[in-house]
Amino acid sequence: MKSLVLKNSSSDDVWQRRRQRSLRWLKSLGGFAATIAMTFLGLLAITFVIGRVVPIDPVLAVVGDRAPQDVYDAVRAEMGLDNPLIVQFVHYVGAVLSGDLGMAVTSQRPVAEELARVFPATLEMATLGILIGVLVGVPAGVLAAARQGSWVDQVIRVLGLAGYAIPAFWLGLVGLAFFYANLGWVGGPGRVDIFLEGLVPSVTGLLLVDSILSGDWAVFRSAWSHIILPAMILGFFSLAYIARMTRSFMLEQLSQEYVITARVKGAPERVVIWRHAFRPIRIQLVTVIGLSFAQLLEGSVMIETVFSWPGIGNYLTSALLNADMNSVLGATLVIGAVFIGVNKVSDLLYRILDPRAR
Amino acid sequence: MSLLNIENLRVSFPTEQGPVEVVKGISFELGRERLGIVGESGSGKSMTGRAILRLIDKPGIVTADKMEFDGLDLTTLPNKQMRALRGARISMVMQDPKFSLNPVIRIGDQIAEVLSFHSKLNARQRRARVLESLEAVRITDPERVYKLYPHEVSGGMGQRIMIAMMVILEPDLMIADEPTSALDVSVQAQVLDIMDDLVTRTGMGLIIISHDLNMVARYCDRILVMFNGEIVETCAASELANAKHPYTQGLLASMPTLDEHRNRLPVLDRDQLGSV
Repeated sequence: MKSLVLKNSSSDDVWQRRRQRSLRWLKSLGGFAATIAMTFLGLLAITFVIGRVVPIDPVLAVVGDRAPQDVYDAVRAEMGLDNPLIVQFVHYVGAVLSGDLGMAVTSQRPVAEELARVFPATLEMATLGILIGVLVGVPAGVLAAARQGSWVDQVIRVLGLAGYAIPAFWLGLVGLAFFYANLGWVGGPGRVDIFLEGLVPSVTGLLLVDSILSGDWAVFRSAWSHIILPAMILGFFSLAYIARMTRSFMLEQLSQEYVITARVKGAPERVVIWRHAFRPIRIQLVTVIGLSFAQLLEGSVMIETVFSWPGIGNYLTSALLNADMNSVLGATLVIGAVFIGVNKVSDLLYRILDPRAR
Repeated sequence: MSLLNIENLRVSFPTEQGPVEVVKGISFELGRERLGIVGESGSGKSMTGRAILRLIDKPGIVTADKMEFDGLDLTTLPNKQMRALRGARISMVMQDPKFSLNPVIRIGDQIAEVLSFHSKLNARQRRARVLESLEAVRITDPERVYKLYPHEVSGGMGQRIMIAMMVILEPDLMIADEPTSALDVSVQAQVLDIMDDLVTRTGMGLIIISHDLNMVARYCDRILVMFNGEIVETCAASELANAKHPYTQGLLASMPTLDEHRNRLPVLDRDQLGSV
């Protein structure tokens, strides 16, 4: 009887501890959401201020500079620009939250709609690029550190240096001239061959995914042959950076006492490297890869221009040239949101990977 | 037959001014006994310990006329067989568990690793052995400690975990490199007693590397005093007080004791020592 009572109380204990733990989780999740909301509000404030301080009159952009004063005033009132700034800001936040980023001046279409078209193009290329960067860069960095000073290390270092020194547009042009014009191994500029354009319905906006979803393999092959070269070039730049950072993180790890402990225990070299030295640096790598990915998502203007890639970098550049403020602000907002998102995901991974941060 | 037989061991590192020898041709033998190696920082005592395990990293160079462990020639042993020795027949406890335990691997898994390298036990058997080994170092709730990460335990417990990891396969020789200098004085004795107990029970040979003369004199049978990469004195632990070498005498004279009154502690006169 007594033991039964004891058992009961201990299971109560377990429940209590579980409840406490889930409460803690909920709390940290709430804090997490709050910081995201705050950061996003800050981002909105910044884009709002930029929109007000640039010497571009949004009314003039709509009515043209020959409109009579009364038309000008009417449009100005219609756009809400005669309200106090704080009211304007509240309206702006409300509009953004309801998905309204205004009309693009040049195309007279909603900015949100245009961004939904160009951002997936960048996302697709950047994702492929970062995949190449991580899948090649991380093992290369680990190998370079494990064989420090060997020819493998030298080759990887030279490649890393090249990644810093070679301009992206040059590599793009040479790549196109060689692999597209000369060898014909890859598709040319654009996302897909022109006669295959618009064949698959846009579901995700990612052409590779959409073509798989609709089972159109001709489109998939064409899209693949178009994306692979620019993605590899982006991948090369991010792998240069990732390999370099991986190498230096690993070198630091390999001189740690616990790596010596692993050797004292008789660990095979593979275990020493991948379990004892690599595991701790995953935490640092998450940050490096996250930042690298965010940079790619910002849209490489150079690469997108060279490859006529209809991505956000291209979009932003032409919007700037046309003084199309709604588009510029919308694109800035998206890029800012991407940075916030990537940062928060890194934070989350950090907590999962580092027992000390839990 | 002796457990460890070392003749003319040298460790050197190349520098821009030419190679620098940190261990200058030392020789000693070890049976199943407790040997203390004492000396100041930079005297080469830690390098000696690591050289035995062949863990001097490049570009360091180790040479010896003879380095035999239980009849095996450590200078020519293939890497694979050397790995089979490490952790199973020769092991090493290092100074500070804060740095010598991997921060992102659970304590139990770190200990169980030794078994997976050297035995064919399955996961459940490994776990049972690990729990046993934690109990052997007087950890009262091994189940809980198994799941902890190193940052969640104290220094004293960390060092006991380290010892558990290094004795789990009952090696023939354990090297303890400053095993207590990172610990609070109050737990030093506890950790040393546990180590002493395990060594006595399993009959392994032990090398304690330390700068703490009193501690070494208390826990060891025999003492080597190293200075500047050389062994300057060998004596039985009980005979330490009668040491003849001026360096050892200097070290002993520099130790304060409770029952005396001195205005100044003597310090070592290195200029004079350089010439001896």
